[in-house]
Amino acid sequence: MKIMVCPLNGPRPVSEFAYGGEVRPSPDPDTCSDTQWSDYVFNRSGSPGEKYEWWCHIASGFWFVVLRDTLRDVVLGTFPAEAARQGLPPAAGASAAPPDVPHGPGVPDGAS
Amino acid sequence: MFTRHDSLKAGYDVVIIGAGGHGLAAAYYLARDHRIRNVAVLEKGYIGGGNTGRNTTIIRSNYLTPEGVKFYDESLRLWQDLGEDFDLNLFYSVRGHYTLAHTDSAMRTMRWRAEVNKHFGVRSEAVDAAFVKRGIPSIDISCGGHAPILGALFHEPGAIARHDAVAWGYGRGADKRGVEIHQQTEVTGIRVQGGRVTGVETTRGFIATPKVLCAVAGFTPRVLDMVKLRTPIYVHPLQAMVSEPVKPWLDPIIVSGSLHVYVSQTARGELVMGASLDPYELHMTRPTLDFVEGLASHMLDMFPFLSEVKVNRQWAGLADMTPDFAPIMGVTPVEGFYLDAGWGTWGFKATPVCGKTMSHTVATGRNHPLIEGFTFDRFARYQLTGEKGAASVGH
Repeated sequence: MKIMVCPLNGPRPVSEFAYGGEVRPSPDPDTCSDTQWSDYVFNRSGSPGEKYEWWCHIASGFWFVVLRDTLRDVVLGTFPAEAARQGLPPAAGASAAPPDVPHGPGVPDGAS
Repeated sequence: MFTRHDSLKAGYDVVIIGAGGHGLAAAYYLARDHRIRNVAVLEKGYIGGGNTGRNTTIIRSNYLTPEGVKFYDESLRLWQDLGEDFDLNLFYSVRGHYTLAHTDSAMRTMRWRAEVNKHFGVRSEAVDAAFVKRGIPSIDISCGGHAPILGALFHEPGAIARHDAVAWGYGRGADKRGVEIHQQTEVTGIRVQGGRVTGVETTRGFIATPKVLCAVAGFTPRVLDMVKLRTPIYVHPLQAMVSEPVKPWLDPIIVSGSLHVYVSQTARGELVMGASLDPYELHMTRPTLDFVEGLASHMLDMFPFLSEVKVNRQWAGLADMTPDFAPIMGVTPVEGFYLDAGWGTWGFKATPVCGKTMSHTVATGRNHPLIEGFTFDRFARYQLTGEKGAASVGH
């Protein structure tokens, strides 16, 4: 079985984790246009590549960030959630945000 | 069976990317109904080697939204005489299709789907557990006590067909009418000038064309990058498996949303089984042991006597998922670039009607009325179609 290294719990079987979608900066809903908002809500960078993703260790309810190659299913690194706010180094397949959009902090899909 | 073309022409009226069922059906109807025959179908692998050859071959029209029901019912109608049209046996076999309900809320959804279906003249009924037991005598209606079956949505026209033959039939029909099918030919770029398509770059050189149809399930985002279009499509693998052949005991097709199982028995006795999507984004078709274990245990909840039956093969396909479980079809903001995508886990049954409607759309440059609920721009307008009934099992 594949093992994921959780920043809190160490190496655990991947079946203990839930996928929360790509880490994507959200535009500020008060100032962005309807088009920018629909792009954020619906559109995804669907092509394979190295992407930062939200994952949750279900048993401990711990959310963190994973850098994963979605073409080969290889985990390249795991980071605590604060890293998403402090800024992650650019990833090869990351979602390109539309230019000139004011950004708020990213939140996991379906995490609220 | 197919004409071999040694070289590509300098240009075509239409280029179709992807020689799966959808792409070949579009080529067939373009040539047959619209008399557009200067068409190339480009395939990076081999004919029907993608999701056309990886699905579990179920054909049904018991959907949830009016858009979905009308669309799939037209497809079901087209399936009926396809074998004759192709002069090829598709092994189209009407079995009846049970979507099992294990909870009160699932029963409510089944009644809802049955009413929407009947309103559009589609034969579906909400039935009770006794009816299910009569139709499938070997089922353990209590499911080992875990999740007793309360009833089902019974869809009489539910059928299975031989999926490879569908691609071969459409391919041969298109080929006979002058369409060129080029296998081992990968599209590496799409040329767009002034917002219009002017040609495609391939591993065998450039082809000029004013119209491109993209029908490449699982690879759609990569092709969309070539024309710089963003969509909600995300890709997860979907796995399936077959058992060793056993004597015929299962006539209908059975789906259980709660147990994440769909199963039918083929003419040669194998059980074809599928479950839900793999739980995270991935662009490779490796199968997993987790999948076999999970699916086998749920099969045994319903059919404990299968415990000695062996699994012969398992495989995966790449599913283009959308947030509203409806496809994305028709014209796009790039003139001359047409999309037949977002087919998730339910594209096989729609093959004929996709070919029909996309050939119309490509020939006229306007969306066919049956696909108006599935347009590219519906997300920007916040008008989703909400076809959760599309998913045989919960995703």
